[in-house]
Amino acid sequence: MEAVVFVFSLIDCCVLIFLSVYFIITLSDLECDYINARACCSKLNKWVIPELVGHTVVTALMLISLHWFIFLLNLPVATWNIYRFITVPSGNMGVFDPTEIHNRGQLKSHMKEAMIKLGFHLLCFFMYLYSMILALIND
Amino acid sequence: MSVPAGSPQPAASARSPPQLGGAAALGATAAAPAGPGATPPQQNGPAQNPVPVLPGYGLPSQSYLAPSGAGKMTSLPLGGQCGSYYPGLYAVPSSSVGTPPTANHPGAPQVFGRAAPVPPAMGPTPGSLHGAVPPAPHLHTSASQPYPAFVNHYNSPAMYSASSPVASQGFPSTCGHYVMPAVSNAACASVSYPSLPAGDPYGQHMFTSQNAPAGRPLREPSLSGPKPATSHLSPLPPAPPAPPQQYHQQQSVSGFNTLSWSAAGLPPAQDNLSRNHTGSLVTTNNNPPSTGFLSAVADSLSCPVVQNAQPPKSSPVVSTAFSGTSSTRTTPPAATHPAEPVASVPQPPELLQQKGMQFGDYVNNRASSAPTPLSSTSDDEEEEEEDEEAGVDSSSTTSSASPMPNSYDALEGGCYPDMLSSSASSPAPDPVPEPDPTPALTTSQSSKIAKPFGYGYPTLQPGYQNATPPLTSGAQPSNTVYPGFQQYAQQYPAVNQLSSSLGGLSLQSSPPPESLRPVNLTQERNILPPTPVWAPVPNLNLDLKKLNCSPDSFRCTLTNIPQTQALLNKAKLPLGLLLHPFRDLTQLPVITSNTIVRCRSCRTYINPFVSFIDQRRWKCNLCYRVNDVPEEFMYNPLTRSYGEPHKRPEVQNATVEFIASSDYMLRPPQPAVYLFVLDVSHNAVEAGYLKILCQSLLENLDKLPGDSRTRIGFITFDSTIHFYNLQEGLSQPQMLIVSDIDDVFLPTPDSLLVNLYESKELIKDLLNALPNMFTNTRETHSALGPALQAAFKLMSPTGGRVSVFQTQLPSLGAGLLQSREDPNQRSSTKVVQHLGPATDFYKKLALDCSGQQTAVDLFLLSSQYSDLASLACMSKYSAGCVYYYPSFHTTHNPSQAEKLQKDLKRYFTRKIGFEAVMRIRCTKGLSMHTFHGNFFVRSTDLLSLANINPDAGFAVQLSIEESLADTSLVCFQTALLYTSSKGERRIRVHTLCLPVVNSLADVYAGADVQAAICLLANMAVDRSISSSLSDARDALVNAVVDSLSAYGSTVPHLQHSGLMAPTSLRLFPLYVLALLKQKAFRTGTSTRLDDRVYAMCQIKCQPLVHLMKMIHPNLYRIDRLTDEGAVHVNDRVVPQPPLQKLSAEKLTREGALLMDCGSVFYIWIGKGCDNNFIEDVLGFPDFASIPQKMSHLPELGTLSSERARSFITWLKENRPLSPILHVVKDESPAKMEFFQHLIEDRTEAALSYYEFLLHIHQQICK
Repeated sequence: MEAVVFVFSLIDCCVLIFLSVYFIITLSDLECDYINARACCSKLNKWVIPELVGHTVVTALMLISLHWFIFLLNLPVATWNIYRFITVPSGNMGVFDPTEIHNRGQLKSHMKEAMIKLGFHLLCFFMYLYSMILALIND
Repeated sequence: MSVPAGSPQPAASARSPPQLGGAAALGATAAAPAGPGATPPQQNGPAQNPVPVLPGYGLPSQSYLAPSGAGKMTSLPLGGQCGSYYPGLYAVPSSSVGTPPTANHPGAPQVFGRAAPVPPAMGPTPGSLHGAVPPAPHLHTSASQPYPAFVNHYNSPAMYSASSPVASQGFPSTCGHYVMPAVSNAACASVSYPSLPAGDPYGQHMFTSQNAPAGRPLREPSLSGPKPATSHLSPLPPAPPAPPQQYHQQQSVSGFNTLSWSAAGLPPAQDNLSRNHTGSLVTTNNNPPSTGFLSAVADSLSCPVVQNAQPPKSSPVVSTAFSGTSSTRTTPPAATHPAEPVASVPQPPELLQQKGMQFGDYVNNRASSAPTPLSSTSDDEEEEEEDEEAGVDSSSTTSSASPMPNSYDALEGGCYPDMLSSSASSPAPDPVPEPDPTPALTTSQSSKIAKPFGYGYPTLQPGYQNATPPLTSGAQPSNTVYPGFQQYAQQYPAVNQLSSSLGGLSLQSSPPPESLRPVNLTQERNILPPTPVWAPVPNLNLDLKKLNCSPDSFRCTLTNIPQTQALLNKAKLPLGLLLHPFRDLTQLPVITSNTIVRCRSCRTYINPFVSFIDQRRWKCNLCYRVNDVPEEFMYNPLTRSYGEPHKRPEVQNATVEFIASSDYMLRPPQPAVYLFVLDVSHNAVEAGYLKILCQSLLENLDKLPGDSRTRIGFITFDSTIHFYNLQEGLSQPQMLIVSDIDDVFLPTPDSLLVNLYESKELIKDLLNALPNMFTNTRETHSALGPALQAAFKLMSPTGGRVSVFQTQLPSLGAGLLQSREDPNQRSSTKVVQHLGPATDFYKKLALDCSGQQTAVDLFLLSSQYSDLASLACMSKYSAGCVYYYPSFHTTHNPSQAEKLQKDLKRYFTRKIGFEAVMRIRCTKGLSMHTFHGNFFVRSTDLLSLANINPDAGFAVQLSIEESLADTSLVCFQTALLYTSSKGERRIRVHTLCLPVVNSLADVYAGADVQAAICLLANMAVDRSISSSLSDARDALVNAVVDSLSAYGSTVPHLQHSGLMAPTSLRLFPLYVLALLKQKAFRTGTSTRLDDRVYAMCQIKCQPLVHLMKMIHPNLYRIDRLTDEGAVHVNDRVVPQPPLQKLSAEKLTREGALLMDCGSVFYIWIGKGCDNNFIEDVLGFPDFASIPQKMSHLPELGTLSSERARSFITWLKENRPLSPILHVVKDESPAKMEFFQHLIEDRTEAALSYYEFLLHIHQQICK
């Protein structure tokens, strides 16, 4: 059972890593002017909810399977994701808004955020991998 | 088919026009496409067959000669005039006092230019359906007619269109395909007659080249065209005339593909045939030089033209149109330069020192340039900035040109001596300048050591020393106050040498920098100067000062740029630019040149602040790359001399306009397209705006900017959407109603936007009928969203301008809004909610529109809350503009009605640019991070502007990314690429140059308080939308507190003597207080949400001049106007009363005061006002008889009346929003409106000015 949880988490984490990388690539494309803001934002906004769901599911799974440490580790990031999603003003087109992304250094902060998440997910990846192997051995 | 007045119309059903009319229409539409139905061949017909065209050519060119002669004649006397005009325009800020009356004219000439073509246009059109030739004569006449009209308006600009044999304008010489015509062209160029012999090759060539671009847009509609037509079938079954019509429509669409460029299908091609004068087209350049040229010039700038045919066959050809006398342009530098040898000529010390600094700059630039490659070919494939702005890589075409150091001395002559002295010693790129025998040497050496700044401001040092003692009354040792300077003085003995070498000039006695004199704000009672505040002049070398961009177009919050971000942070002042790029200019050099010279790496346009390393190379002042000077740039068309690239108009003017070649186009220049989307619900009809609008449009129909391709269309909506078929040939306009608002479609896609000239009678009919068509409507709903979607669909093939008139909250279909305002919260001091949009519908729509080059302008004429915060988005992101008329009603609120009328007049007739992009570049090390204004930021520094209008202002926030230590000047360049209403692609370039400083004191000395306030206001708007209003207010107060305390810390001994501010910032607290009491940011006073949001919109998109009046109104006493200090404008004497501070203490019972709030004027009449004044100016016997509502000054013959009126007229001139006038009696209830603008006084909700100062002082001392 334990192994199943971690196998799932591992897969989910891989997806999240890929998403983070995708975010970084798309944002840096925008930074370098390869795509325009409109295209970039509509691309990214599509993936905001999957990312949020993916991460929340893992966090919830950890809570259910009583892995407190991993749950607490995931909690801040999950909270941040949800907070960010909820606080989008009603007039904006999503977390990434093409009309604002070039203003007030938003692009940079989005980039930073994606980087931090990538690091976090990588960390999680190895943690899940370790836990999974441990669980498989224990089985 | 227009339904005449009174016929009640069942709502929400698909209706059909009467059968008869429908049939007529049917025939007409059938007939219309019938002609073009055979088009595919016909379209190419003229192209393959040059013969019929040539007569069209020859003819107009004949009629051409006369006007060109007239132009010559008229402009001759003008030359003198502009000579006297010019210095005022550029040098002195006060000249703008003189400009307003004339400044309006760039709009006006357009008007005339457009008025002219009408009569001839009417001639050919009714008869022929799509004749190929008819447009030609009319066009040419249009070009020729304007001259007489313009003479009056343009005192100054004379146009020097020297030359023009045109080697291969627009084609890179590599393009073998074009070589032939180009050559033949050159051959014929020697013929100085404008028209004939070379006609054949031109015609032919032109067609072939023209067909290529024309083909593109035609293809697109073929896809989109049939679609709407078929979808039309289903929802409108009961409409009897519709099906057959569709059928034809469909046929016409598939067979002909009319719609994209113009309804008439052919005109684009034809136009371009005949419109050989559109300078931007490649084809243009193949035409007989003078014809194409002259008309381009007349067309665009509309001013008298002097044409110099340029004989030499062999010489590289530049054709440059240049307004303004060449002599005046070129002489100033010539005059000043000879005085250069520094030590020998006694000059004001400042000047000398600045020269010194200049030397340093050049040397320094040289030094840093050395490592950069001269012209590496590897850069060839540089990413072009967004295809639109791509342009010819001008330098690459001539990169083979070798430097000619030998002739350099002679060529540079006395003109750029500074440069010469530093680089003459080493013409080759040598990182270390060798010693020079001139005094400049010392500085150049010191600059070599490290930074040039030590002596960047050597003059200031003694100045500061002088300045501080008298004020502080304690003889403060200067070295403690300004350790930086002392240090530099020691560090750079060279500077001391220099200053001592200046001998008796006695730097110590130089005037102190006025801007840095500390002012004790708490003790200074009259902080407001009696005259308007001018922008500070950057502390630059005299020559550069003269060349610098006018502060009206381009302004920076800090005229001395701090060297590092750390220094900027210390100063606590915002750094940013305020732009007014498309301002109406009375004088603008227009340059038609084969190659637009730009830096190869950063694409900067060549400008007055580049340095010429030698005759063949110039160094970009933004990225410091060394570029080659193209061969044709060596020739100066003004002086007709060769080898003086630094005297070209591009290098002599900070504001120039280029006529762009086809490289700057993604598609052929679009025609002017105007679409009106009108609310005709019950509410709208009740308010009665339709009448004013239609009337105004009827009057200005001929003055709408555009050419023969101009198209216009109308959509009205209530709960359904009504389209108007205005296809030429109909007997009357035909109304088509679409009731399916969930899935809007265009009933007849290609007859809704029609050519203005071909369907003028129908349009006039419609405009006459519209106001009465809906008088009995009971429809209260408004389906704005679907109407906008329809407008978008209609506009997307071409782009253009959509004007939306809305009178209530949209209540149906997509984009419907709910009322969000809680009237009880209007005067809340806590939270103001709903400043942001409620839905992203309008934003998305705006972005879609922006992508299709369509701008949406919103006129909101509502009596209740209409959620402007959401609606404004449609304009904000599509580069439109917002007009708001609260509680508009034709009869109940006549002053608003009058305002609408005047605003519309300006709106219809002002200049307009289509499919524009604006790019702002700045010197390496600086970067832009936030933009304010109405546009969409497409990429980091590219603003996408579907439309640009002369009343749009922009702001940009800057940060300093890298230290600017290795340069002493920074430059900013905005390039606005747009399609003029005449279908020309043009680039307007402004360049601003500012010095870099490294001490905090200098940063404060150069602060431009008005620009800073405007930038802060923009930032505060952003803050209040993204965070909260109270945050924004706190941030504004903190901005003052921080900057003043930071200033206090630079002069420590002053801290306890009161609230000190440098002179440059002495108005800062006052303006911030004014902002806090402004409608946008005030709390505690009842403010309607829409009013507040509108004020915020205004702050974001008004240019600085207008915004300042909104923030801090001007108050004048007008009951005792005298001619003392009056200025003369257009034969009128305009009195100049002193500014009064905005406080009730200035309201004497005996006086009458005028308050200028930008969009509204108040005349306050005191109870005890002199009866003479009341009688002479207001036309009433005494105070009691003045009516409560008065919005006009009667035209009385008395002297005081004349003075008052001329003063008010003068104030009113050149405003984007025509102000309304309110006469306010002291006892009337309306006086509250007036009193709320007295920002220095205390109100129940806000501090008085003095209290505010104390508050700040307290904060600082904390």
